[in-house]
Amino acid sequence: MSAIWISVIVVGLATMAIKAAGPLLLARRTPPPRAQAALEHLAPALLAALVVTQALGGDNGGFTIDARLAGLAAGATALLLRAPLLVVITAAAVTAALVRLVA
Amino acid sequence: MRRPIGFQAKQPGRRTYLDGVRAAAPIGVAALAFGVSFGVLARAAGMGRVAPVVMSVTTFAGSAQFAVASILGAGGGLVTAIVAAVLLNLRYGPIGLSAATTFEGPWWRRALTAQLIVDESWAIAQRDDGRLDRHLLIGAGLLLLVGWTTGTVIGTLAGDLVADPESLGLDAAFPALFLALLWSQVRERSRLLAALAGAAIALALMPFTGPGIPIVAASLACLIGARKQA
Repeated sequence: MSAIWISVIVVGLATMAIKAAGPLLLARRTPPPRAQAALEHLAPALLAALVVTQALGGDNGGFTIDARLAGLAAGATALLLRAPLLVVITAAAVTAALVRLVA
Repeated sequence: MRRPIGFQAKQPGRRTYLDGVRAAAPIGVAALAFGVSFGVLARAAGMGRVAPVVMSVTTFAGSAQFAVASILGAGGGLVTAIVAAVLLNLRYGPIGLSAATTFEGPWWRRALTAQLIVDESWAIAQRDDGRLDRHLLIGAGLLLLVGWTTGTVIGTLAGDLVADPESLGLDAAFPALFLALLWSQVRERSRLLAALAGAAIALALMPFTGPGIPIVAASLACLIGARKQA
């Protein structure tokens, strides 16, 4: 079998297993209150990490400062102005595109 | 107060799968465009026409798929490609845990619906109380899966006809989406602290670890919630 198909199959199976692990392990079990409280704080912690890594992450680790940051700033401004999600995302994309056009 | 986000404007009653589809539509456009660029990159990397599409349906995780295609395309080793992709997808461990109590039914159905978890569907399905809405997750996940896979097909067949998503700024749409969804979550002080700690952990690790690890490590910031209960 070619390296291509081995990687497709192994990565696919591993990803499926990782995604299913939580929902299978915690199935129908109500976690104790402290664990539940921690679980409810996972979302903000992970969302914040996603913002940081998606805005600043380089292709091979480390930081890359580029037009994404200007886009994120535009999105944040739209949020402060209480714009709807569609406007926030569009503002970010258009700003990043314009910065790349000019730069 | 802070209620800037259109689809989160509270309407009484349950969310439907269609609400999830609608909520994911704007980011679905970006997913489609990046699916095209994955198809183009995978084709150029010698993955052919079928394998990239199979990968988009089964792995369904953009960053890991880009990593595999670029490592194999650059002549990197098979093991390197697999390890990089698995590390990138380890974040779905904590993400899946946070979604765990949302799923219903027998084990195979929970395992199957869990496959619709991607960063964006999971983010869109957040409710203000820290739990997830299963209907939003499934509707958003299905739309993103269709968009991502369709994009991959287009990319492997006719990629040259489509503009580069980065020149359209679409890569900036993702952090903006996550920021918007984070925004509605941090009204409570302890959640704001968890978000700040998560961002700080990710920032601190990014220069030193490969991509993927900072997000996994940032999940430790959720322990702030457990302390609060004590």
